[in-house]
Amino acid sequence: MTVDTQSVSVITGNRAAAEAARLARVDVVAAYPITPQSPVVETLSKYIETGVLDAEFITVESEHSAMGVCIGAATSGSRVFTASSANGLAYMCEQLSWAAGSRLPIVMGCANRAMSAPWSVLNDQQDAMSQRDQGWIQLYCRNNQEILDTFLQGFRIAEQVKLPVMVCYDGFILSHTVMPVDIPEQEQVDAYLPPYSVHTILDPEEPRNVNPVTLANPRLNGDGVLCHGYMEFRYLMEQAHKEALDMIVVADEEFEACFGRRWGGLLWSYQLEDAEVVLLAAGSLAGEATISADMLRSEGIRAGVLGLRAYRPFPAAAVADALKEAGLVVVFDKSLSYGYDGPIRRDVQAALFEHRVMPEVHGYIAGLGGRDIKARELVDAARDSITWAEQGKGPKPTDWINLQL
Amino acid sequence: MAMNQIEQIEIRWHGRGGQGAVTSANLLAEAAYYAGFKGVTSAPAFGAERRGAPVTASTRLASAPLRHFSQVEAPDMVIILEGSLLTTANATEGLAPNGHVIVNTRLAPEELGLSNGYQVATVDADRIAEEINLRAAGVIMVNTAMLGAVARATELITLDHINRTLRHAFSPKAAEKNIEAARLTFEATRCAS
Repeated sequence: MTVDTQSVSVITGNRAAAEAARLARVDVVAAYPITPQSPVVETLSKYIETGVLDAEFITVESEHSAMGVCIGAATSGSRVFTASSANGLAYMCEQLSWAAGSRLPIVMGCANRAMSAPWSVLNDQQDAMSQRDQGWIQLYCRNNQEILDTFLQGFRIAEQVKLPVMVCYDGFILSHTVMPVDIPEQEQVDAYLPPYSVHTILDPEEPRNVNPVTLANPRLNGDGVLCHGYMEFRYLMEQAHKEALDMIVVADEEFEACFGRRWGGLLWSYQLEDAEVVLLAAGSLAGEATISADMLRSEGIRAGVLGLRAYRPFPAAAVADALKEAGLVVVFDKSLSYGYDGPIRRDVQAALFEHRVMPEVHGYIAGLGGRDIKARELVDAARDSITWAEQGKGPKPTDWINLQL
Repeated sequence: MAMNQIEQIEIRWHGRGGQGAVTSANLLAEAAYYAGFKGVTSAPAFGAERRGAPVTASTRLASAPLRHFSQVEAPDMVIILEGSLLTTANATEGLAPNGHVIVNTRLAPEELGLSNGYQVATVDADRIAEEINLRAAGVIMVNTAMLGAVARATELITLDHINRTLRHAFSPKAAEKNIEAARLTFEATRCAS
């Protein structure tokens, strides 16, 4: 037997990211290499060099400059792309805030990698989490098809709500693993993603000041126009994030209309309908958890999975609604907010409390610095939590999976 | 072990840095996809690689799209690009009883002294690569040749699937040489009865 697979290629997550940037017809790519992201921009530099992609590749000496170039290019009306990981992302930190505050629709990839020290090139999600309050939208992917599709959706979302989007995917686990990916035709993508309609005004005939020092309170500018103070800018940015809650769903629905597949918008679920126990995570770990749910169900435990796709903006109402029938929610984090456990767990708990949905919520830390996580280990964690809840032992301290002290 | 009877099979490749184990693991995933496996993944053992040092890569094939990407710990098959790795890298560690062992070696399957019901196949892929002068950076390459051994020792893929994969992966000239290596290796592979 031989299958017809014309549009499908067996490719890595990094390659999927590069194909998405090509299909989005980005005008400018500026990036600095870092493991495990490097193959994304290596591929794009090759595409640009060989004329496959009509864009400018701007080489830089650091990630800080890479984002600086992205900011400049986006301000002048280009669709721009970059990618980084861990230490590189951290080096971009200041510019990430500038990009969001300037309301530029930059889309970047973050091949999630552990932060040092100690040194690790392997996966966890501490890098993206460390930048979560910079004003960027953060979307997490569970496989390589979702990576390609989410980048395309990312440009659609970013250009609508005028916020930068970070597409996060697990380093090595997805970035270096090949799997079948349907690479759409250019015409299909063009129909989904129209050319970037510039909202920034930069014209040499009419020079103006971009991002001037902004004082605390609104005040008249030189032309007598009342301009926002700093706080008004920040309020509008927060409103844009609220707007993005809708736009992320819309972008996914529009995507389905064009490509025949969708990814759940803010959230996705697996066997959630009648689930008493819900496993919750973001990224490839949530995919692994669907295997765990199958294993638990084979033991007669009604288990399901809630996968977090959007982490910022945080879909609090949607999370609460999805979990309103659950008795126990087991959250797996691949990062820490040191001193306050896993950030996803704490955000889920706050969302549930706000909406008066009160299942028991337990947190587990897993997979830091690339430590492998098996479906059966998530099953063991779920069983521990079920036993704890049945015994009515109250708040459960965060547990660490496969800790070898 | 026909394709339509398999829910999932896990394969671990053993080679040395520079031998192309990761590439051939990826190519096997692609060939298996063409063969009708809906779920295929392949990945290197995550981390840094050094030329000459023992490396592994894993390929997972399944009848349905795969949802998990954790590392393979109990493979159903091991493919060994250099015979010495059978002992020095303990290449059969975790291998399922009756699992497949496919080795590039001059020895016959029975001469490897493997037990546990393993289904052993051997081929002198070095000789084949030498004969047709299949080299990269001056070094003979057996990684694509060993895809032919997989096709011979199992029913997972055929030479047609391999050919299609190699034509997709390489330039026309390079593809034909690799196709030749896979075909000769297919023919020379000895399976223990």
